[in-house]
Amino acid sequence: MNEMTPMKQERKQTFTGHQALILEEKLIFEIGSADKSGVDLEPVPPVNTRLGDCMAPAKPDLPGLSEPEALRHFVRLSQKNHSIDAGLYPLGSCTMKHNPRLNEKMARLPGFSDIHPLQPVSTVQGALELMDELAHWLKTLTNMPAVALSPKAGAHGELCGMMAIRAAIEARGELETRRRVLVPESAHGTNPATAALLGFKVDEIPANADGRVDLAAFKDKLGDDVAAIMLTNPNTCGLFERDIIEIADALHEAGGYFYCDGANFNAIVGRVRPGDLGIDAMHINLHKTFSTPHGGGGPGSGPTVLSDRLKAFAPLPYVVAGENGFDLIELEAQSGDQPFGRMVAFHGQMGMFVRALSYMKSHGSDGLRQVAEDAVLNANYVLASLQDVMTAPFAGPCMHEALFDDGFLKGTGVETLDFAKAMIDEGYHPMTMYFPLVVHGAMLIEPTETESRDTLDLFIATLRDLVRSANAGETERFTNAPELAPRRRLDETRAARQPILRWQSAEETAQAAE
Amino acid sequence: MRYLPLTPTDRGAMLSRIGVDTIDDLFIDVPEAARLDGPINLPPHQSEMQVERDLLAMAAQNKTASTVPFFCGAGAYKHHVPASVDHIIQRSEFLTSYTPYQPEITQGTLQYLFEFQTQVCELTGMPVANASMYDGSTATGEAVLMAHRITRKKRAVISARLHPHYRGVIDNLSDMGGFEVASPDDSVNGVEDLIALIDEDTSSVVVQYPDFFGSIRDYSTLASEVQSRGCLLIVVVPEIISLGLLKRPGDMGADIVTGEGQSLGNGLNFGGPYVGLFAAKEKYLRQMPGRLCGETVDADGKRGFVLTLSTREQHIRRDKATSNICTNSGLCSLAFTAHMTLLGGQGLRHLAELNHARAVQLADKLDSITGVEVVTPTFFNEFAIRLPAPAEQIVEALVEKSVLGGVPVSRLMPDSDMDDVLLVAATEANTEADLEIYEAALRDVLKGVSA
Repeated sequence: MNEMTPMKQERKQTFTGHQALILEEKLIFEIGSADKSGVDLEPVPPVNTRLGDCMAPAKPDLPGLSEPEALRHFVRLSQKNHSIDAGLYPLGSCTMKHNPRLNEKMARLPGFSDIHPLQPVSTVQGALELMDELAHWLKTLTNMPAVALSPKAGAHGELCGMMAIRAAIEARGELETRRRVLVPESAHGTNPATAALLGFKVDEIPANADGRVDLAAFKDKLGDDVAAIMLTNPNTCGLFERDIIEIADALHEAGGYFYCDGANFNAIVGRVRPGDLGIDAMHINLHKTFSTPHGGGGPGSGPTVLSDRLKAFAPLPYVVAGENGFDLIELEAQSGDQPFGRMVAFHGQMGMFVRALSYMKSHGSDGLRQVAEDAVLNANYVLASLQDVMTAPFAGPCMHEALFDDGFLKGTGVETLDFAKAMIDEGYHPMTMYFPLVVHGAMLIEPTETESRDTLDLFIATLRDLVRSANAGETERFTNAPELAPRRRLDETRAARQPILRWQSAEETAQAAE
Repeated sequence: MRYLPLTPTDRGAMLSRIGVDTIDDLFIDVPEAARLDGPINLPPHQSEMQVERDLLAMAAQNKTASTVPFFCGAGAYKHHVPASVDHIIQRSEFLTSYTPYQPEITQGTLQYLFEFQTQVCELTGMPVANASMYDGSTATGEAVLMAHRITRKKRAVISARLHPHYRGVIDNLSDMGGFEVASPDDSVNGVEDLIALIDEDTSSVVVQYPDFFGSIRDYSTLASEVQSRGCLLIVVVPEIISLGLLKRPGDMGADIVTGEGQSLGNGLNFGGPYVGLFAAKEKYLRQMPGRLCGETVDADGKRGFVLTLSTREQHIRRDKATSNICTNSGLCSLAFTAHMTLLGGQGLRHLAELNHARAVQLADKLDSITGVEVVTPTFFNEFAIRLPAPAEQIVEALVEKSVLGGVPVSRLMPDSDMDDVLLVAATEANTEADLEIYEAALRDVLKGVSA
């Protein structure tokens, strides 16, 4: 790598505001018009309307664009996004791995994409078969007897698992007494939020010096008022909870249930089955472990596996295989069990089920094991290649992600945020920052298994150069960063203090000001 | 393995940089009892071609909406999605990016979310909208919880004409959260007295528009009566195309509007992924669930967008958050916005008129059949008919004639004494020939029933 030469030159200004391939793009509302359309529709046959007194007097005041204009608008917007396809996206805890395009093709087969959730089950036998086969893979990979497919995302899967636990506790007649849910302080924010949504009291468990649950502190907190523990494994520090079986045993002995946040299942898939660890419920983010695209923040999918102790409470609907093919159990009366209810309209994220099954079949049992091994190998490679210049709070080996703190930046005038923003100028999406909360100035790097050694080597060299720069007092490289992105740092305080959440015309804005 | 870049040579070199001998050394923290010696008992990896064969075989067993006269609705609608929409959402930069937490390099996502929010505001007639929820049913569940937070009360009055699955989601959240729900008796064509059910513990009244049976009512009077009793009116819109032609819930005085956005840009997909819409009055902004995208400026003073007001959310507030929701339906909201942009206000109005006209044509045809009665007096693109035989049986008989004739109410409301009621939807995807085929098929099927 060349030594970094400080860039002092102002970026050249242009007449259009465009900068070569970085094209400025206005909002639809500033370029479209309400009488323009990119869709040709058949003429409306004359009929006597049956709208009662509810017809709107005028068309919606929304602009349209012709197809070429619309495509240009959205393509220009797309060019302002970082993506996995374009480069490394090492967001810890998010699992930004390659999204195979075969999966996109399969999800678009009309046999899956053009069927209605409520058409007769006799006409969707292939769709139900796919759901059944996906369920088989998920149950086998986790060694769990049941899975609820309907949750729409990870947090929704958490809700599903905790609802099943709540239902089981209620069935035991202990709902009044079991009020406490233990959550490690390193947990994802969704864990305490989910427990609170169900009326449980959240009780935090401290971490030990190894970055894992403090076993003694955990045991001290056990009692007959504990409903469950919500534990992420591998945890959010990227570490496997060594005492997990002991935790499960102690918890079960005290009458509690074990919810495992499966966000990091990608680190152990094919090598460890969560059912062998004593867990009772775990959601699986299909958009992480099984590579359905993140899509800029969704849609996700969060099937939730359930243990023998919880499977009777699985929510509606679910697929069963019968003598005459597959059937959907949609109503409590059809179920021989005690389903806790319904989490969502219809049957879950079918589009994601197709992609995930396509991914699983492509990798197979052997390939999935290799996925976990390569993910862990890549993370440890990053950790080993950087720990002499950056500070790692916990000793390795790590699992699928490498955690650093801001100790190495002490005295440099550079903070975690600045360090991350400088990575943007180097062409990288930053790692996850300031999470987990148990580590000061956390930087959590998850390379995933779909990055090559060359890619990692350049990334490592870049980070080493940034550390050198910080130590050399080249603070402008950090505090001004990013300088080369489509936008420089954005004023988030202003956005929150005077929220502007929709476009308004100049007239509307003037009216509002009066 | 086509998706894994590391070679055996790479792996060896990397292990030695790390300072261990084998990959197993990196898994030493796994308790011995849980270590697996070899692959799990599932099939080995397959070529792209073989996976395609397997999945094609499953797909081929399903009857698709585009290949038959198709009339199913009940919260999911068959519409034509312009080809360019799917092209846009398959752009790598949209498809393979994460939640826009680094706004400098995710302005593409942020700007379309801002556009999406603006479109949802205009369609619903509400001043603020979030960046989407999982779907219409979960958005509605969240709206009830939000009303409880705002009013500090814990009982919701729910129309019996709300989609039963949406009702199921509310029931489940209420049951689990220690809240109450109340409803009038089921009735396919009655007018409900929701006001009479309001008591001092009631936070909100939930109504659907058009309702589950297709009926359209102006809720303006209801809104003021509900609000005068210290409650919020939540209006649920499962068919967003309807707002191209109908008065907006915001103009009727709704406090919260939720909806299902699937009809714009998104296929049927056997029920998901879809895109939940969530809009509210400005004064309730800080109690809203989900992500919000806001306008701001960057260090050079250029306009840009960021996720904002995140102090409501779980990753900051943890157990004090307004919701546990983390993701939205990013890519589905992009499809919504792209389709809406292609239509424009004029195109949407035209599309809505076409939907309504097809439904009116179909209603007239079916109503002319002896023994069949259209029981929804006013409707948009979906209505209920009463049949001289159980609807599930008729639907199965229609399948034999390659017509997917609608959704039997009994599938969703088995205890409602409405075994003979069928929900029928018609959209722009139906040709006049489709309507004729349906009429003829139904006449034929009913002949068999009476004989």
